[in-house]
Amino acid sequence: MQKYSIFSLIKNAFSNHEKWDLAWKDPTPKKEYDVVIIGGGGHGLATAYYLAKEHKITNVAIIEKGWIGGGNIGRNTTIIRSNFMYDDNAKFNEFGMNLWRNMSQELNFNVMFSPRGIINLAHSDAQMNAYARRGNSMRLNGIDAVLLNREEVKKIIPMADFSEDVRYPIFGGLAQPSAGTARHDAVAWGYARQADSMGVDIIQNCEVTGFDVSAGKIQGIRTSRGDIKTKKIGLCVAGSTNVLAEKLNMTLPIETHLLQACVSEPVKPILDGVVTFGAGHFYISQSDKGEMVMGGDLDGYNSYAQKGNLPTIQHVLTGGIALFPFLSRLKMLRTWGGIMDMSMDGSPIIDKTHIEGLYLNCGWCYGGFKSVPSSGWTFAHTIAQDKVHELNEGFSLNRFSRGYLLDEKGLGTKTWIS
Amino acid sequence: MLYIKCPYCGYRSQKEFAYGGDGTIKRPELNQNISDEKWDEFVYFRKSPRGKHIELWHHIAGCRQWFQVQRNTVTHEIFQTAKMGEDIK
Repeated sequence: MQKYSIFSLIKNAFSNHEKWDLAWKDPTPKKEYDVVIIGGGGHGLATAYYLAKEHKITNVAIIEKGWIGGGNIGRNTTIIRSNFMYDDNAKFNEFGMNLWRNMSQELNFNVMFSPRGIINLAHSDAQMNAYARRGNSMRLNGIDAVLLNREEVKKIIPMADFSEDVRYPIFGGLAQPSAGTARHDAVAWGYARQADSMGVDIIQNCEVTGFDVSAGKIQGIRTSRGDIKTKKIGLCVAGSTNVLAEKLNMTLPIETHLLQACVSEPVKPILDGVVTFGAGHFYISQSDKGEMVMGGDLDGYNSYAQKGNLPTIQHVLTGGIALFPFLSRLKMLRTWGGIMDMSMDGSPIIDKTHIEGLYLNCGWCYGGFKSVPSSGWTFAHTIAQDKVHELNEGFSLNRFSRGYLLDEKGLGTKTWIS
Repeated sequence: MLYIKCPYCGYRSQKEFAYGGDGTIKRPELNQNISDEKWDEFVYFRKSPRGKHIELWHHIAGCRQWFQVQRNTVTHEIFQTAKMGEDIK
C-alpha cells in the first residue's frame, strides 16, 4: 500500500495526481470467509481492521448494502467525548479516546481529530449538583472533568445569552476539555484503506437477504451477490438492526428512530468547542470550514426514512436561537437525517447471541461516532476470542432481563423521548 | 409535517400530538404468574418493523384522547387511525 505523506504528495504532483493507487479494491465475494462483517459503516470497518491487526484474522469480508461510509458515519455531528457517569460507559469510551488520539498516525490518514472540548450547560442549582456528581464519577475513571461556574462559562462562550430573565439562565456547566471533533468520513476511509491492505474484502452494493442457520449455529449468509459460507458473523448495522434481526427471528430491546442535524453557512471562527444545551434540546459546534453544526432531538416516532420533518428542525433551532441569538442571522446550508438504533436504556449492545457464531453490535442510539474505535476494538476481540472483553462486559444483551441497565439519562423505555 | 386524523377531532397537524410507541404491546395478565421472559418482552422488546407499524398517539393539545395509528415507518404514510379498542389491521 502506498503511504500517504508529503513526499508521496510531491511525487504524485509530477504525474498530475493521476497515478495514485486505489484506496481499496472492489473484489467479487469469495465462497467462504472466516468472518463476515455485515455493515460497512464506521463500526464494521473498524471491527474488520482490528480483526486483521490485533487478531491476525484477515480472511474477512465486509458486506455493505449501499456504499461504505454512506450511513451514520457520514451523517453524524462528529462529536467525540467520554463524559459518562457509569463505569461501563466511562471506561469503554475513555479507552476509545486513546485510540482517537493516535488514529491519524495509526491509519496513515488525517482524521483531523481536534480535542477542542465540550461543555454541557446547567440551568439550576440542582443541575449543577448533578453535574458535580457526574464530574466526580468521571474523574474517578481518569477522565478530565471541570465544573464551570457562570463566569467561567461566560469567558468561553461570551456570545451566548447570559441575561437573567431567560427561560433557562446559565448557572454553569460541566466541561470535558479532552473531548472534541474529527472528520467523520475520513475515519471510514482510513479504516477501510488499512483493512483492505491487510486482506479484508470490502464488498459494496451487496445486500444480505438471509441467514443460513442450522443446529443453532451460523453456517453462512445469502446475499444479492450469491451465498457465502462462514462460521462467524458480526452484525454492525445500526439503524437496520431490527430489519436483519427479523430475518433471524430475533426481537431486540431496540427501536429505530430518526435523528436530524443541520449546518449553517460558513462564518468566521466564533465557537471554540462543542456546547450542549440539554434544556433547549440543542447542541452546536463549529466545523473547521466555519459552518455551525447543530442537532437536537429525535423526530419522535419510529422511522426508517433517513430524512426528517420540519417541525423538529424548527424546534431544535428555536432552542439554538434562545442560547445563541446570533444564529437567527445565519442561513441554513443543509439539513439531513439518519436512523438510530435506540436501545431501551440508551447504551449499546456488543455481545454474543444465542446463535453460535452470531455476534451483535448495535443500540448505539445517537452516540455511535465517538465509539467507532472502541467498538471496533472490543467487537473484534469478542468475535476472535468468542468471548466478551472486560471493556464491553456491561454492554450485554441480557442486562435488561438481569436488571443491570446502563441508563445514563434515566429516561426509561420510551426511546423516542431520549 | 405529519397530518394525523384524530378519530374524535378529525385532521390536525402533528404538533398537536404526542407519540406513544408500539401499539401492539400487551401487558401480561394481572393476578397470574408472569415469567421473567414474558415481562421482559412487555417492557423492553420491540419489533420496530420497517414498513407498516401500529402505534399509539395522544392528542395532547386537543381532546387528550389516546388512539391507534397505522403508519408506514419509511414513507410516513398514515393508512388508518382508530379509537382504542377498535380493530386496526
